Amino acid sequence: MTAQTQSRVWIPTNLVAIALCAFIGLAIVGIAGHAQTSALHDAAHDTRHAAGFPCH
Amino acid sequence: MFSRILVSGLFAGFAAGLIAALLQLAFVQPVLLHAELYESGQLTHFGAAKAGAATAAGGIDLVRDGLSVLFTTLIYTGYALILVGAMALAEDRGFRIAVRQGLLWGTAGFVAVQFAPAVGLPPELPGSAAADMGLRQVWWFGTVGATAAGIALIAFGKGWTARGIAAALILAPHVIGAPHPETFAGPVPPELAGMFAGRALGVGLVAWALLGLLAAWFWIREGKRSEDTPRTA
Repeated sequence: MTAQTQSRVWIPTNLVAIALCAFIGLAIVGIAGHAQTSALHDAAHDTRHAAGFPCH
Repeated sequence: MFSRILVSGLFAGFAAGLIAALLQLAFVQPVLLHAELYESGQLTHFGAAKAGAATAAGGIDLVRDGLSVLFTTLIYTGYALILVGAMALAEDRGFRIAVRQGLLWGTAGFVAVQFAPAVGLPPELPGSAAADMGLRQVWWFGTVGATAAGIALIAFGKGWTARGIAAALILAPHVIGAPHPETFAGPVPPELAGMFAGRALGVGLVAWALLGLLAAWFWIREGKRSEDTPRTA
């Protein structure tokens, strides 16, 4: 019983942590690499070209 | 788990990103600056007196290059958080991560995020002719997602159905085809464009291989640290 309760709590906690970190990573790549605001575009211009992202 | 992924990802991403930025400044940036001379019309491809000037453009612009270092480091930190998250997911499902396997993880990341999209949309120089920005972004994200899912199926799936689906996922974006402009009329010489694409991919492979190794190393190290200290949450 105890083991069951622990595993029921433990696995979703891991998955939530993984999903949250992956989402933060995706948001960083999306904003720094792909957002089309002109200030961001100009600042990240050379990086975006070198990373092979569609730039302009 | 959250702090273990976050700490491993931040350290690995920062270190690999810094090395990627320096390699880019040394090998990729001179080609980009050279191409900008054609984009702005200071040099012209064919015709004019300065045509074919193969002189390397160079020089350091502290603000511009500083921003490149900042953003490259940021982007590799983003990659790292996703990569370590995937490692955590694999370990959660019973696959052990070893440092040397990090090389495979990093190479797989390079294939998904840089190599597969480059097959349809090679890293483009400023001034290259290109299709609609929104369409290219959709194709880019679709290709990265499908390729990553395909590689994960090859690595962790079982049976020929999984392998068949993996092959279909990896091929699909290229069968559909990347958006291209109706005419190729960019002012930049193809020699420079080819060199830029080759160098951008080369630097990407080195940086991703390092990112994979560092991510695995920090992931294992942070795991040992959290075993040593009593769990609080």
